[in-house]
Amino acid sequence: MTTTQMKPLAPQPEVDTSPLKRLRRDRALLQAACIVISLFMLVPIYLISLAALSTRESLNDFPLSLLPTNLSFETLGAFLGSTGILGAFGNSLIVGIGTLLISALIGIPAGYALARFAFPAKEPYQLFLLFTRALPIVVLSVPLARLFLTVDLYDTTYAVILLHTALALPTTILISASVFLSVPIDVEEAARVFGCTPAGAFLKVVMPMALPGLAAASIFTFVMSWNEVLGASILTLDHRTLPAQVLTSLADSPLAYRFAGGFALVIPSIIFIAFMRRYLTNMWGSTIR
Amino acid sequence: MADITISHLVKTYPGATERATDDVSLDITDGDFTVLLGPSGCGKTTLLRMLAGLELPDSGSIAVGGKDVTYLPPNKRNMSMVFQSYAVFPHRKVRYNIGFGLSMAKKPKEEIDRKVAWAADLLQLGPYLDRLPAQLSGGQRQRVAVARAIVMDADVLLMDEPLSNLDALLRLNFRSELKKIVKDLKTTTVYVTHDQSEALSLGDRVAVMRKGQIAQLGDPLDVYDAPADRFVGGFIGSPPMNFIKAAVSGDGGALIVGDQRLRAPSLLQSYSSTDVLLGVRAENVAVDTQRSSGDVPGTVLVVEPMGSSILLTVEVEGQTIKVQAPPTFRTSPGATIWLTFSPNSMRFYDSETAMALVAR
Repeated sequence: MTTTQMKPLAPQPEVDTSPLKRLRRDRALLQAACIVISLFMLVPIYLISLAALSTRESLNDFPLSLLPTNLSFETLGAFLGSTGILGAFGNSLIVGIGTLLISALIGIPAGYALARFAFPAKEPYQLFLLFTRALPIVVLSVPLARLFLTVDLYDTTYAVILLHTALALPTTILISASVFLSVPIDVEEAARVFGCTPAGAFLKVVMPMALPGLAAASIFTFVMSWNEVLGASILTLDHRTLPAQVLTSLADSPLAYRFAGGFALVIPSIIFIAFMRRYLTNMWGSTIR
Repeated sequence: MADITISHLVKTYPGATERATDDVSLDITDGDFTVLLGPSGCGKTTLLRMLAGLELPDSGSIAVGGKDVTYLPPNKRNMSMVFQSYAVFPHRKVRYNIGFGLSMAKKPKEEIDRKVAWAADLLQLGPYLDRLPAQLSGGQRQRVAVARAIVMDADVLLMDEPLSNLDALLRLNFRSELKKIVKDLKTTTVYVTHDQSEALSLGDRVAVMRKGQIAQLGDPLDVYDAPADRFVGGFIGSPPMNFIKAAVSGDGGALIVGDQRLRAPSLLQSYSSTDVLLGVRAENVAVDTQRSSGDVPGTVLVVEPMGSSILLTVEVEGQTIKVQAPPTFRTSPGATIWLTFSPNSMRFYDSETAMALVAR
């Protein structure tokens, strides 16, 4: 080796830095794209929050101040104080959480079955699941309203919960099936060999590992339920969910009321997502496995 | 600790036409280390999974310690298992992983702590007890899986290719460690592998499997030295056993390979004028550059220095064989060398059934 080191080095070609520059430029562009997309989402939320938290008068100012100069809870207070809003807010929470619970209760075992077992007509079944979503909500709601009228469920939160559960189930089942597929079957078998019953293995090992994915499914369900208007308006009269309530009173209300309504609609789902986000990102310092 | 009796076990996977295990019977003595060895798809893993209760047989029975367990669920069998993919629980700390089986069995906390500490010490996991599996290397994760299995005081310890995901050096180190641990535990162990060197080095007994059946069961050295058929000889050993087409002379006293005549062992007396396969290990062929009595000439095709020896590919009478020469042996492709087959290490197989010939 020493003899080869004694040889004079061959002349090195000049270092070409252009690939490095390109890499840096690409990174900068990516950052810029991220910022633009974030702004696209954040600016409307900011504007709504600003308008909802400003005084009624300052909304008519020109030019409109883009900084929170004169904050006040007057508009929001008036909105929340107006008839039916607090009740509708409560109804929305009940419906959202109820939908979440029932669709999880039915959808997670169904997803598990899809992921773990082979059964006849599995593929058609998966396709068939999506048919519920293929029907427009109006087509579903009117017969449902008739049905609920006869069984005395009309104008209750239960009716809306049932509708929303039906709407959410296909996605809950399909998402949780793909989540359970990503949990290695070996781990479940290990739990069985080391003394777990099938249910024990599911609860102690499979569920905790599937939790991030299931959290994603639940976010989807909750936000879907929180935002759904049409079905909720058809199925209820006095027990409206918040979007349904806001929608009916939107046309004949002042500008400030609309902003406050928008704000009240956005905030709970943001809080819910922020809470569930914890389970979304990798919980154990790395991805599953 | 218990003995295992497997009898006439048949399993066909749904949708498959061939049997995964085809009427397998196997007796395993209490405390024995038995290796199931075979190429992929030979049914070794299926057999192990049926022992564990993770697959159910179509017919046949399994008894452990005199008690039938054929259709018992896995959690009622008192077995423990090391999985190929480790299968540690990623959401729990190492300590919980190791003690999992004990806490499922509702053992008192101090006993769990004591055993976890003992296993962690044995497998050098002490500093990692409060880490999550994601923070460990592959080798450490496999140690966790082994620790989880050995704390159990199970009747039977099952291992499904536990070393195959480790890199070569680690595998070699962990293999000897595993052998010592299992020997001290004295638990009946069934170990599945496709790696013949693992099988030979670890097992008290080796069961070589092929197409759902046990081709040969025996002491590792016996299996290596006297393969029961051509498949076993070709599967075990690196390089595999050489098989040379030969014929026994009319008087039964000589073995004819092409134009060459070798002295036939007495076994072949009763096989006069039949075609046979001569099986011989690469290291049982002596090489020389000079001719001496009884030698067979061959032409060197390939020379592969292996460090401790030189592996030669030699053409003998139109057939290619592998020969292991001492590292000092010097030759080059195209050269003619002289081979001597030691009579004691020659094995003979039926040219049609490929089964070992027996004196008759």
